[in-house]
Amino acid sequence: MARKSTIFSMFGQSPVRPLQEHIEKVFDCVNELTPYFEAVIAQDWDTAKDIQKKISALEGDADKLKKELRMQLPQSLFLPVSRRDLLELLSMQDKIANRAKDIAGIILGRKMVLPEKLHTNFTSFVSRCIDTVEQAKVTINELDELVETGFKGKEVKVVESLIKKLDKLESESDKLEVKLRASLFKLEKDMNPVEVMFLYQVIDWIGDLADRAERVGSRMELLLAK
Amino acid sequence: MDYGTTFIILACVFGFFMAWGVGANDVANAMGTSVGSKALTIKQAVIIAAFFEFLGAYLAGGEVTATIRKGIIDTSLLDDQPDLLIFGMLASLLAAGIWLLIASRAGWPVSTTHSIVGALVGFAAVGIGVDAVKWGKVGNIAASWITSPALAGIISYWLFVSVQKLILDTENPLKNAKRYVPIYIFMVGFIIALVTLIKGLKHVGLHTTGPENYAIATIAGLVTMGIGMIFIRRLHFDPDADREFHFANVEKVFAILMMFTAAAMAFAHGSNDVANAVGPLAAVVGIVQSGGEVAQKSAMPVWILFLGGIGIVIGLVTYGHKVIATVGTGITQLTPSRGFAATLAAATTVVVASGWGLPISTTHTLVGAVLGVGLARGIAALNMTVIRTIFLSWIVTLPAGAILAIIFFFTLKGIFGQ
Repeated sequence: MARKSTIFSMFGQSPVRPLQEHIEKVFDCVNELTPYFEAVIAQDWDTAKDIQKKISALEGDADKLKKELRMQLPQSLFLPVSRRDLLELLSMQDKIANRAKDIAGIILGRKMVLPEKLHTNFTSFVSRCIDTVEQAKVTINELDELVETGFKGKEVKVVESLIKKLDKLESESDKLEVKLRASLFKLEKDMNPVEVMFLYQVIDWIGDLADRAERVGSRMELLLAK
Repeated sequence: MDYGTTFIILACVFGFFMAWGVGANDVANAMGTSVGSKALTIKQAVIIAAFFEFLGAYLAGGEVTATIRKGIIDTSLLDDQPDLLIFGMLASLLAAGIWLLIASRAGWPVSTTHSIVGALVGFAAVGIGVDAVKWGKVGNIAASWITSPALAGIISYWLFVSVQKLILDTENPLKNAKRYVPIYIFMVGFIIALVTLIKGLKHVGLHTTGPENYAIATIAGLVTMGIGMIFIRRLHFDPDADREFHFANVEKVFAILMMFTAAAMAFAHGSNDVANAVGPLAAVVGIVQSGGEVAQKSAMPVWILFLGGIGIVIGLVTYGHKVIATVGTGITQLTPSRGFAATLAAATTVVVASGWGLPISTTHTLVGAVLGVGLARGIAALNMTVIRTIFLSWIVTLPAGAILAIIFFFTLKGIFGQ
């Protein structure tokens, strides 16, 4: 076996592709919430349980990818972006999947029933939050193009507009959250107080999905700004 | 001069062995970038390298060879002892060759240039006397080992920035790539031809004047550009390829450019590194053929560069291709748009150093050039431990070459000396 030459050993593993794979996994995980809530609304706990397992498994996969990527980013690596920003971006991505797992877990654990009057608002809120995460994925998918152009020029504008759209989706999800809380507020006096408490918590957590997706976008902005 | 023929034969064998080592180990660094960025297959890389390494050695290897032959050691102290210089040159070749062999076995990235310079300085300082070393010249050479990677880094940085401005960061990168890449190809042909011509091609019977040099270099640039444009016209662009990664087709144009910079790199490498093998050989031949004259006023016979060039090619064909094949997965981030900037910068630096007769490390220069692109935020991840390895190889190689040369010098003196 011939020895590896100096030049070849200069090149580290690029973190871009693993980062993109990670957010794809995160999105897959979050995307399972759509069928999950359908099952919850239908009170089909067997299906819900299956999907919850799937969500949990996907979250585990994302976790594994996160750890692998961290191992592959030693201090000695020279990157076009700050290593710390990159690691924070990764950990923010990962927190989205964690939240999805929390949501699925608590609903299944308590076999929570969503009041019928909330169904429409609830579904549109969830789907808008998932859209926000998807937009974060689209943004992260531009990272290889950013590296290609050296974080300059037209591509920066493309990414900036993607981030703007991400912010817009997040604020829409915020509005839907306010609406949902308001309709729950109208119903709460006729409900079991403990149930109500947990419902507020679940709504909060679903909002976190969009919130964290937006923060992925702002980390990405930091990468551009270096 | 009882052993004149023996000395020449020994020098030829040792020199050829060194040239083989240069071809086997170092060429991979020069060509690996092109293979890694998928601009060339291994087979194409070997063919291009063989042709241009030889051309570089033969056409432009004279100046550095002269430095190794007579620039480092002050021969005036040896007027009545020509044998000592012969022993020293043979010892240096042997020392550098064996050190390279040990180092490659162990996987240390040592430089042929550093080995031979260390060996020459070592034997001269200990075997003859500290005054026998032209310290001023050695100082210049050592300084060039720092400035050459730095210069290559600066050039590659600006080359890459120009690529960003003109092509990558524009509205229509593909259109601009087709427009500007031929100009870069022109630069490759022009620079290499010009430096080679200015330095002189008298040894192959070509006598040119200043303005003629510029005219010929311009023609050489235009011819390379023409060939490049034919290649670019024959490219097939697939709009589907851009869906996943928007620059797939643009990189195809750069891959053409990379073929030319790879050729330039091989030429540059041949012009600088052949001297490590044939410089001492030229010294031995010069002394023996002039009947013991150490001043070496006579011109170097052309067959010596020829022999060195052939040695490099054989090293490349018999072993070097295996080293090229070790291209890691990481290097795939060196897309042709970056690879070209790094290789062109390194090739230019090395050819200029060759013109000035400065023996530098091609590998280290290329490392500097790659870092330059990295500083322009062009590469996703660079392993900085390589810098430490390079410093270590400096610190270890110079004394190792020197000590081995001293041992061989006294051994040869014991065998052949009166």
